[in-house]
Amino acid sequence: MRINCRTISRGVAEGEVLLTHDAISFLGNVDPETGIVVEPQHELYGQSIGGRILVFPHGKGSTVGSYVIYQLFKNNVAPAAMINLESEPIVAVGAIISGIPLVDRLEKDPFGLLKNGDRVVVNSTDAFVMIKK
Amino acid sequence: MYLTPEEENTLDGEYGRSLQKAIEILVALGDIYGADRLIPVKSAQIAGVSYKTIGDAGLEWISDLEGEVRIPSVLNPAGMDIARWDEMGIDPFFAKKQQEIIEAYARLGIQTKCTCTPYYLEGFDVRMDDHIAWSESSAVSYANSVIGARTNREGGPSALAAALVGKTANYGYHLDHMREPVIAVEIDCHLEGADYGALGYIAGKDIGSRVAIFHMKDIPSKDEMKSLGAAMAASGAVALYHIEGVTPEAVRNKFTRPEETITVERKQIDDVYEANKEIDSTEIITVGCPHCSPKELQEIAELVDGKKLRKEMWVCTAREVAQRHPDLVRKIEKSGAKIVCDTCMVVSPAANRYSSMTVNSGKALAYVPSMCKVAARYATIADCIKEAGVLDEN
Repeated sequence: MRINCRTISRGVAEGEVLLTHDAISFLGNVDPETGIVVEPQHELYGQSIGGRILVFPHGKGSTVGSYVIYQLFKNNVAPAAMINLESEPIVAVGAIISGIPLVDRLEKDPFGLLKNGDRVVVNSTDAFVMIKK
Repeated sequence: MYLTPEEENTLDGEYGRSLQKAIEILVALGDIYGADRLIPVKSAQIAGVSYKTIGDAGLEWISDLEGEVRIPSVLNPAGMDIARWDEMGIDPFFAKKQQEIIEAYARLGIQTKCTCTPYYLEGFDVRMDDHIAWSESSAVSYANSVIGARTNREGGPSALAAALVGKTANYGYHLDHMREPVIAVEIDCHLEGADYGALGYIAGKDIGSRVAIFHMKDIPSKDEMKSLGAAMAASGAVALYHIEGVTPEAVRNKFTRPEETITVERKQIDDVYEANKEIDSTEIITVGCPHCSPKELQEIAELVDGKKLRKEMWVCTAREVAQRHPDLVRKIEKSGAKIVCDTCMVVSPAANRYSSMTVNSGKALAYVPSMCKVAARYATIADCIKEAGVLDEN
């Protein structure tokens, strides 16, 4: 199934979905060395976001979060791609400087459509998400 | 968002990867905020300078970029005085990393002047209605409010992107309708000097990120407006304010008075001076947040003239401003106070080793306790010098 979306950071990536309803503050919530979510209050606490198609509503917190995303990328533990409901500048800038595909405003609600472990392709260069299952 | 053929080519990578990344950032922000196009900017001020903030990842990203900025570009304050870091007690490893960051920016053609007051620098003479891309929150407030120029509060990468492309996305404070006040602030007393920083410290909390218009009994000086704006950007997130009959846009535009009004009374201002009074002697006195203007240096030089101060005192300013006024620097340093350039009490780790500090800045009062874990007391510039203690008068 192919779903249209808006391009924020260009690129193409395939991987397994990791989904959370919680917003993410990359500074503080995620360990830049391991890609593991270290905030006990977070829905993804203890899980690694490395190599996954990370689906979350939007970013929050400090703008230094952009550099944390770049650090994750340099340490090979960044998400393969990211899907937001509505992107904001911290995650957008972090994704662009790290070359991580990022899309938002899917034409169908990603939280209704996707579940953990689904195999999807994010083609943000051509503005679509493909669910392979 | 409309892009010119030239901008499309940049986005497709025709002019290299660095420019491609830069314009991708601008376009993404433009899309997020609903900009119609990119617009040229006159200058850029880039955040993300202190090694404490951006770390190795930030250093690596800046070092990986190629090319040259297209507009006059300058940096935010760094974590140390670039020349006198050793005297400040900065760790040599930190100093080495800080130098590397500054050199990486220099390779992109950015002027390595690190200051929160770029408007005092040559080549950064911003005028009313100019579009710019500045980062530091007090500089953004000063440019928007006191000068009437137009800038959003840029993050480090977006300001750097604007510097490389020479443009920014047309949204937020670049647009007329986003600059109209939505809350009025009534001041029922006379204010002077540090009162303005105290006012900003109080009012910023209520204003939040909105545009305010002040109704005052006095006409504040530019330095007083600098203190007011800096404090509101720290206790709140105010990037633009107007003062009825004073600031350029309020004079030109005759804004309709917003329905919501808050009032600030003398008692609230006085309370700011009273906070932490139980600390009967603070360890260090710091002034110059934001960095001192030539006029403020002059005032301090007159106050300390012929005196020897008992305690450590920092007077923070831009290196270029210090270099233009060697006589004032000499007078101030003769008293034992230190002229500190490129950095300040808020962003330098050197401030963390004190337990208590007296400041004359509402912005420093908002940040020093949380960012440096140092207790802060508020005073006028004259009382700051009294607090420093006069050892010797001749």
